[in-house]
Amino acid sequence: MGEDKHINKDDFKVNRRHFFSKLSAGIGTLALGSLMIPDLFKKGSGGLSQSGYTLGLPHFAPKAKRIIYLFQAGAPSQLESLDYKPLLTERMGEDLPESIRGGQRLTGMTSNQERFPLVGSYTGFKQYGQNGTWVSDYFPHIGKIVDEICIVKSMHTEAINHDPAITFLQTGNQISGRPSMGSWFSYGLGSENQNLPSFVVLTSRGKGNSQGLYSKLWSSGFLDSRHQGVLLRSGKDPVLYLNDPEGVTREDKREMLDNISDLNNQHYNEVLDDEIQSRIAQYEMAYRMQMSVPEVMDLKQEPESIIKLYGAEALIPGTYAANALLARRLAENGVRFIQLYHQGWDQHGNLPKEMSGQAMDVDQASAALVLDLKQRGMLEDTLVIWGGEFGRTNYCQGRFSPENYGRDHHPRSFSIWMAGGGVKQGLSYGETDEFGYNIIKDPVHINDFHATLLHLFGIDHEQLTFKYQGRRFRLTDVAGNVVNDLLA
Amino acid sequence: MNQKQYILLIGLLGILFLGLWFKAKNNENATVKGNQIEKLPPEISFNFHVKPILSDKCFACHGPDGNKRKAGLRLDVEQDAKAELTENPGKYAIMPGSVENSELIHRIVSEDPSIMMPPPDSHLKLTSDEKEILRKWIDQGAKYERHWAFITPVLSSMPEISSRDWPLNEIDYFVLNKMEEIGLNPSNEASPEKLLRRLSLDLTGLPPTISEVKKFTTSETLNYDEIVDYYLSKPAYGEKMARDWMDVSRYADSHGYQDDSYRTMWPWRDWVIHAFNENMPFDQFLTWQLAGDLLPDTDKEKILATGFNRNHPITQEGGVIDEEYRSTYVSDRTNTLGKGILGLTFECAKCHDHKYDPFSQKDYFQVYAFFNNVNEKGLQMDAVQAKNRKYYADAPFISIEDEDLDGILSFIKKTDTTDLKVMVMNDSARRKAFVLARGNYDAPAEEVTASTPEAILEFPEEYPRNRLGLAKWLTDPNNPLTARVYVNRLWASLFGLGIVETIEDFGSQGALPSHPELLNWLSVEFMESGWDIKHILKIMVSSATYRQSSSSNPALKEIDPENIYLARGPRFRLNAEEIRDYVLSTSGLLNEQVGGPSVKPYQPPGLWEETNAGGNRGILTTYVEDSGDKLYRRSLYTFWKRTLPPPSMAIFDAPNRDLCEVRRQKTNTPLQALALQNDVQVLECAKVLSSQISEEDLPDEEAVRSLFQHVLLRQPSDEEMDLLVGYHQECVDKFDSNKEDAIKLLEVGNAEPGEEKQTETAALMMVAQVLYNLDETITKE
Repeated sequence: MGEDKHINKDDFKVNRRHFFSKLSAGIGTLALGSLMIPDLFKKGSGGLSQSGYTLGLPHFAPKAKRIIYLFQAGAPSQLESLDYKPLLTERMGEDLPESIRGGQRLTGMTSNQERFPLVGSYTGFKQYGQNGTWVSDYFPHIGKIVDEICIVKSMHTEAINHDPAITFLQTGNQISGRPSMGSWFSYGLGSENQNLPSFVVLTSRGKGNSQGLYSKLWSSGFLDSRHQGVLLRSGKDPVLYLNDPEGVTREDKREMLDNISDLNNQHYNEVLDDEIQSRIAQYEMAYRMQMSVPEVMDLKQEPESIIKLYGAEALIPGTYAANALLARRLAENGVRFIQLYHQGWDQHGNLPKEMSGQAMDVDQASAALVLDLKQRGMLEDTLVIWGGEFGRTNYCQGRFSPENYGRDHHPRSFSIWMAGGGVKQGLSYGETDEFGYNIIKDPVHINDFHATLLHLFGIDHEQLTFKYQGRRFRLTDVAGNVVNDLLA
Repeated sequence: MNQKQYILLIGLLGILFLGLWFKAKNNENATVKGNQIEKLPPEISFNFHVKPILSDKCFACHGPDGNKRKAGLRLDVEQDAKAELTENPGKYAIMPGSVENSELIHRIVSEDPSIMMPPPDSHLKLTSDEKEILRKWIDQGAKYERHWAFITPVLSSMPEISSRDWPLNEIDYFVLNKMEEIGLNPSNEASPEKLLRRLSLDLTGLPPTISEVKKFTTSETLNYDEIVDYYLSKPAYGEKMARDWMDVSRYADSHGYQDDSYRTMWPWRDWVIHAFNENMPFDQFLTWQLAGDLLPDTDKEKILATGFNRNHPITQEGGVIDEEYRSTYVSDRTNTLGKGILGLTFECAKCHDHKYDPFSQKDYFQVYAFFNNVNEKGLQMDAVQAKNRKYYADAPFISIEDEDLDGILSFIKKTDTTDLKVMVMNDSARRKAFVLARGNYDAPAEEVTASTPEAILEFPEEYPRNRLGLAKWLTDPNNPLTARVYVNRLWASLFGLGIVETIEDFGSQGALPSHPELLNWLSVEFMESGWDIKHILKIMVSSATYRQSSSSNPALKEIDPENIYLARGPRFRLNAEEIRDYVLSTSGLLNEQVGGPSVKPYQPPGLWEETNAGGNRGILTTYVEDSGDKLYRRSLYTFWKRTLPPPSMAIFDAPNRDLCEVRRQKTNTPLQALALQNDVQVLECAKVLSSQISEEDLPDEEAVRSLFQHVLLRQPSDEEMDLLVGYHQECVDKFDSNKEDAIKLLEVGNAEPGEEKQTETAALMMVAQVLYNLDETITKE
């Protein structure tokens, strides 16, 4: 038992009350309860019955249990990755026809440009897999797993600048303040483990032109801050304030916690405030995290074959490859939502050189993650997503040259890929016109994308709501349709 | 509604509340709870029983939003609700007095998915109690009432109570009256130590000093009145009040958005501290911030105050569309006025008519029009350009010259000779204002002129249609919201819960007041005192209600677990800033200097560096920690970078300051446990305090006792002493046999550890860490 003895016997009663008093606030209390007293559901008799889980969730059988979102911050060009457009090479340097642009608003970076010369991909494309899917030469490893993944070429968004676009993708709204996707999942589905947060964020940086990241992207907004994403950092203090000070051993810490608990319990008997019991439980959870986080982050435990699969960079903390491998370990340990950010995809200029570098960072490790999950039987219920916040223009920004060019932001169409977790394998979904500018088939709006993700987890996106300031908020706000064609 | 009707209404409500759980909480149980239906009074109240149901379950399709209205039925307006159904001639949704002939009732009891209400696809359901309330209400004549919060508050007479010995002032009459109805008794007064600690924390955000505790709790002639005045007159009072206002005004030291560069708004923050300390009347405080530049006798101080409306985030992302962002800023000011000052969710009416409250989209843009004439740009400069400037403000701004500091701006603690500019408001770019279709900047529709929502208070003809007129309208004695919202917020800061729990929303979907007459009384008292903030705070903290012990008991916990009826004193966790300040203050490290540029205390290294845009853009890319006593300033001076707020604050529920916030969560998480155990600042404070005590050469037991008194500001109980003395001995033994550990432990933080008595200090430091991690330490009780 060890640690458990310090949880007061009355905990259960106490938290049960707390629980019921909050039940009506939303199913999130399940998640809340499970983080407060992680083994609440495991105590058997006297525990909240399993019917607690049937408070409407899941709404139907889920396919996926967890997400690893490989977010490519800055917006990688679809035209040099997944959306092959030979016409752009044929008509290299010609102006984008006005009929295609169709009044699309432009950013301040290209709105003063006199011409919009089309530019074809500098890198070549090859066909892979059973369907001969085109993938650019920047992503040979993705090419090799093309039969495992589902490519969506018809994503579109409303924002044209990074901040609102990332915020929109992560929270369903361009304006800051809404909970991020990971927080919604944590709120709706709770934690699957007792020792780690349910929503974890990992960041890495490529050499390409990059945009800053902001903690609001993993903020829980108006949801309880237990659902906030926890940033795991690569240094010696992976979770803020995780390490005990020098000179304090693990045994010392245990002793200290016991004294804190005893004094807190004495005080509880005097004032009868349940928050005190909750705090005692939080200290125990923190104590467990101090063990479990360093353990899960110790990539040296991985065999050589795995390091080889992800690439040698996987042993360099803070790289994308290391984070991808770490993501798998976190998934194994029951973390619900693992969000990677790789910065550096904002190629307004110097695209060929920068993009090949960015792709080198992520290609092998992203493919490795899919293969690794598959070989462990985890791909079935783990959804992997790779993509940025919008697309890039088919015309050149700045000085035009076929060898060195840039692309501006393009909200009307972009490409992502997904794997596992109940999405169709080997599918290419949606289509853009031959200019790679407008979607001509099966558009997927951000709201649709979110609705589909929730669906994979057995959640009706219209029913996962939280009432705040008198309004029931949803990740999908007031829109969104599940894209059934993507479902396996 | 005239005064007579109002008094009638209040009287009626008084009867209706009898024994009833009317507290509509901000959750799905918005109305009467399960088994309490039999306790429903003979007569149903529209405002307290019916409206919460209609609003929450019906208004989305049958409410104020004209575009989304179904079947032409509108239930929020009496006339429309009782009219013949346009799509169902000869039928009526509500036929007063006739349940049989009221289509509404047929629909809510039906189980036929094609006609039932709310419809299945809304995922909304009425409970059987709610249906019963609606049935009874129609049976009784289906009377409508104006929304309670839009009725101008008038003084209500003191309610009847039986225990006449208990009240110390008017507040207690209202509170006791409610307690007696429910069958609760007030708690005893808190011990002098607890009460003093509570008072000091509430009025200054800091714990009392050890010497204050001695002076105020041992004196035979303890004069509570003087103690209150003492704390209200401390400069720390203004700091405490300013900190709350910084959330409302979304104050930060950075611009926000992705590049998030530096800005110098801190002189505005210092003005707020100054204004609170001068006890500037609240109506003037608002007027200066909204329209100081438009006052006939305007001066630099009044213009500085208008920085309030330039505190919003400003983008420096190259290539954005200028008008898109300018429009966002104007909306931000509009929303802040709604949430921060009027307690209304204006922003819900930006893209369409409000779903629940009587504000149209046109109303929204009429308010928007007040803030639309600033000579500003959406994108003044990008982060690269900003880096090459000598000052950190986007036009319009005022320059603060050295000579100003000798005059009315003497409260500004300018530390060097750099060009100091502060962003302010002006009206020098007159623009036409339009309803923006779906809220989009590039979809102007009908042109509008500046005005305010009629449902609250008609905009008087004689007021100018500019921000000054807006300020006059806000502070007009007939405005039903401004005073109510502010006194409610003050109340919530003392008692944990507001009288209206949803302090950000006084609209239809907000909570109903637990003590409506008390709220009215406080609002009127506040206005009649000349919007005197210290006066109203003093009344609150002098009440017997406030002075009760916060300990609960099993019976009370059963009946009123959340302390809505105030049969005990408040008990809740301190906020982020207060926790850090508490630790600094009790250890003696706190630097009490008031005002000046924000400072950079300890922060785990690397946070800014890991998330910046690559080091070449903007100026807040690396965090350079301050040194010396700048590390120990009060937390409201901690540098606030929006994209990465100080982590020790964010962990304790501080908002990121992107938007106006009036209510922080009070969570309890493992990350908080880690922060209190391992934040360098807390450890250093434990060390410094322990080092001081070990130098006094006290016997072990006395040293532990002294430590306890310093941290918890009360005497320990025998049990507590037993436990701590035992723990202390274990730590002494540990460090005696392992001096290396003691030396390592004492290296934490910049403050030099003493050369002597290292094991003694280290052992005490472990005890201090236990004390700083107690629930009681970080809780106001």
